Parts: sequence; structure tokens; C-alpha cells
Amino acid sequence: MPLVEMRDVRKSFGSVEVLKGVSLSLEKGEIVAVIGRSGSGKSTLLRCINALETVQSGKIVVDGIDVTAPGADLNLLRQRAGMVFQSYNLFPHLSVERNVTLALKLVRRMDQAAARRVAEQVVTKVGLADKLQAYPDELSGGQQQRVAIARSLAMQPALMLFDEITSALDPELVGEVLRVLEEVAREGMTMMLVTHEMNFAKNVADRVIFMHEGRVHEDGPARETLAAPRTTELGAFLSAVLH
Amino acid sequence: MIREFSPADVVYLIAAARWTVLLALTAMVGGGLLGLLVAVLRIIPLRPVNWLAIGYVNLIQGTPLLGQLFVFFFGLPLFGLSVEAWTAAALSLSIYASAFFGEIWRGSLQSVSPRQWEAGAALGLTYPQRLFYVILPQAVRISVPPTVGFLVQLVKNTSLTALIGFVELTRASQIITGATFAPLPVYLTAAVIYFAICFSLSQLSRRLERGLHAAR
Ligand SMILES: Nc1ncnc2c1ncn2[C@@H]1O[C@H](COP(=O)(O)OP(=O)(O)OP(=O)(O)O)[C@@H](O)[C@H]1O
Ligand SMILES: [Mg+2]
Repeated sequence: MPLVEMRDVRKSFGSVEVLKGVSLSLEKGEIVAVIGRSGSGKSTLLRCINALETVQSGKIVVDGIDVTAPGADLNLLRQRAGMVFQSYNLFPHLSVERNVTLALKLVRRMDQAAARRVAEQVVTKVGLADKLQAYPDELSGGQQQRVAIARSLAMQPALMLFDEITSALDPELVGEVLRVLEEVAREGMTMMLVTHEMNFAKNVADRVIFMHEGRVHEDGPARETLAAPRTTELGAFLSAVLH
Repeated sequence: MIREFSPADVVYLIAAARWTVLLALTAMVGGGLLGLLVAVLRIIPLRPVNWLAIGYVNLIQGTPLLGQLFVFFFGLPLFGLSVEAWTAAALSLSIYASAFFGEIWRGSLQSVSPRQWEAGAALGLTYPQRLFYVILPQAVRISVPPTVGFLVQLVKNTSLTALIGFVELTRASQIITGATFAPLPVYLTAAVIYFAICFSLSQLSRRLERGLHAAR
């Protein structure tokens, strides 16, 4: 059974239909880059998967949880599908350590000592062991985003969703975040990432999904799809972002 | 017999001021608890409950405090509930304060970015967990100055309870004025005492803001 299964998902904001029947499935361990023009529905797609948006019709199943069923356990779903945002969204009133331990303690019911050990471990993994006691406003954007990744990793999700997590960063800080992503990818995490970093998509992703006007317009192996787009729309999009 | 305004009267006024402080404190605690409830009922995603809270706030904010005092003091006895001046004063000031606290805190809660709610949701926190561990602590910091601003108003508004015969600072001043016919020194003394109370409050607020900032 695939880890994520979407069937004919439709999502509208008011009278504007943003997802016009999206179907896709994601196997465990797959790394999928989602690309496409601004407004094509990439963020909405990701946000439907962890139920930050509710869909009008269609079916979404994530790690055995039927997201679209009434009364679905959304808090459990979100433990299984972690998400990292473009704007980091760290909790500004909590130290790095407590940003990570908050959900471990509240949701996973870990005691303080165990939660702390996990925090140390994940924060070390993103290279910020010396910043455990720092507050978000004392960190650079790149560091904050690495903490956000660590915070999500700490929950041991089955799947991680990344929505343009380097887009708000100064160019010189992008590399450190992408390196963390590569590390997470190497460890076998299932990942779906919206990105404008075509090189990253080509080198790290197994698969590319090209969204166009609310539909999955192309879906195929990353290198081949990016090297030889089958549709004129993807061709036009790639030449626009690469030049 | 008319007598001079004496140091003993100043002591009497200061003693009466403790009722002013006690009344304000009671309204702060009672109104604070009720106000927190009002603020939460205003923001939870449940329309009918939101409307109920809005109606309550409008009713209290749209009527004069003096009217509310009279309703409790003269109205409740009509239903066979005898109330003392203290009870009527404490009840009506608490309810009055709850509407204002409710609005101040609702505003503070809503000024925290919706992305913070989302970040909490994305970690699997329940709605109450998001509210209490993510949003509230950030809202508290934002709410300190307007909350203290209202507390200062509340201290001064306790003087209205003199009209139902509750002996606090203003009522005590009236009594001494009656005996000395020296309104000016009496009310000046009262004003100084009010000022001292309110000034300490705003100093406390400064400290609190700094403390919250240091402690996050
Ligand atoms: N909360 C919302 N309310 C109304 N319209 C929305 C909302 N969120 C997104 N939209 C609209 O839905 C469409 C798709 O938005 P979405 O954010 O999914 O695009 P995107 O592909 O992620 O674009 P970008 O590359 O700019 O992030 C856009 O037209 C956007 O204006
Ligand atoms: Mg987007």
C-alpha cells in the first residue's frame, strides 16, 4: 500500500477551484519534488495532505489514515506527516530545545529527560548543538529553518512535507538548509518538497511532479522528466526558471 | 461641630483606600478569570458561542458601570436576594472588567500570527494545546500594556461605588468633607492616594514587560 494516496482531489477557495482533480500516490522512501508556476496549487496540494486545508471532494489516505473521512484523527495524521514551512514558524517564546520538546511532551507524552535527549539528537543532526538554549530571534534564517526541520524530525513522522523551505532565505544560507535536507533524504525519509531549486530536484529527488493550473501535468522520474519534458508547459516552465 | 482637617483624617483616608485597592483586586481576579473565558469563547471556531460572547461584551460595554452597580444593589433585593454594598460592588466591577479584559485579550490572541496556530497543528498539537502553549504565552506579552491601562481605569472607577454607600476612598472623602467643610485638602489628599496607587500599577507593568521580555 502506498504511503500517500490521493484520488481525484478537488479543492476550492470560494468560487476558485485550485486543485482540479489531483490523483497521485507516494511510496515509502520516495523523494518527490513538486514544481510549477506560482499559483498552480503546489502549496495547497501539500496542505491538503496534512489536512491544513479541507478538500471539497476526492479521497486522501496517508499512512493508513483516511484524511477525508469525517472524524478522522487529524492530530494523529499530523504526527505521521510532518511539515516545514517557508516562514520557519518557530515558536518565538521558546528556546530551540523547547521548540523541539513541546510536541514530544504534549503529543508523544515523553518525560522531560527523554524529550531532551531527542532534542539534543535532532538539533545536533542539523548542526546546531551549540544553539539548544538560544531563542529563534537569535538565529539566522538558515539556522531557524534547520531548527524547524529538527522539530519536525523529532516527531519521527512517516512522511515530511516541505513547502519552499529555502525561498525566504538569503542566497548564502540556502546551501546549509539543502545539505540538511539531503542528509534527511539519505536516511530514507519519505519526502515531498515544493521547490524552485531545480538542481536539488534533479540530484536529490527520485521523482518530479509538475503542477499546472491545479492539475498534475507531468509526473515521472526526476532526471528524465527534467531533462526531457514531455509537455510544452513543462518545457516552457523549465526554460523560464533556468534562464 | 466643624473641625479642622487633621493628620488623623489622612490616616482615615489611607485606611479607606485599602477598600479601593481590595475592590480593584477583587474585580481584577474575578473579572480576569471571567474575561479569559470571554476571550477564549470569542476566538474558538464555534459561531453560536462567539455570538454569545459578543452579545455579553456589547451589553456590558454599552451600559454605564453606575447602572450595573444599581442593578446589583437595588435590583437583586427585588428577587429576595439581599446584597451588601461590598457584594454588589465586587460583582458589578468584576463583570464590568470581564467584558473589557475579554476584548483586550481577544485582540492580543488574534494578533499572534495564524502561522503559529498552523505550526502547532502541524506538530499534532490539539486545539487547546495550541491555544495554551503556543498562542497564549505570546499573547500575554502583547496584552500587558493595555491590561494595565484598563486596571488603572478600574481603580478610578471603584469611586462610583461610593454612590451605593460603599466606604472606599471617595466615600470616605465625602464623609470627612461633611465633618470639616474643607473639600479642597480632603479631595487633594484623595487624589494623591489614587495617583500613588495608579502610578505603582504602571511601574509594575514596566517591570512586568521587562521581565517577560527577558524570560520570553
Ligand atoms: N487561503 C486561501 N484563500 C484564498 N485563495 C487561496 C488561499 N490559498 C491559496 N489560494 C489561491 O489558490 C491558488 C493556488 O495557491 P497555492 O498557494 O497552492 O499556489 P502555489 O503553487 O503554492 O504558488 P507559489 O509558488 O506562489 O507558492 C492561488 O491562486 C492562490 O491565490
Ligand atoms: Mg506555495
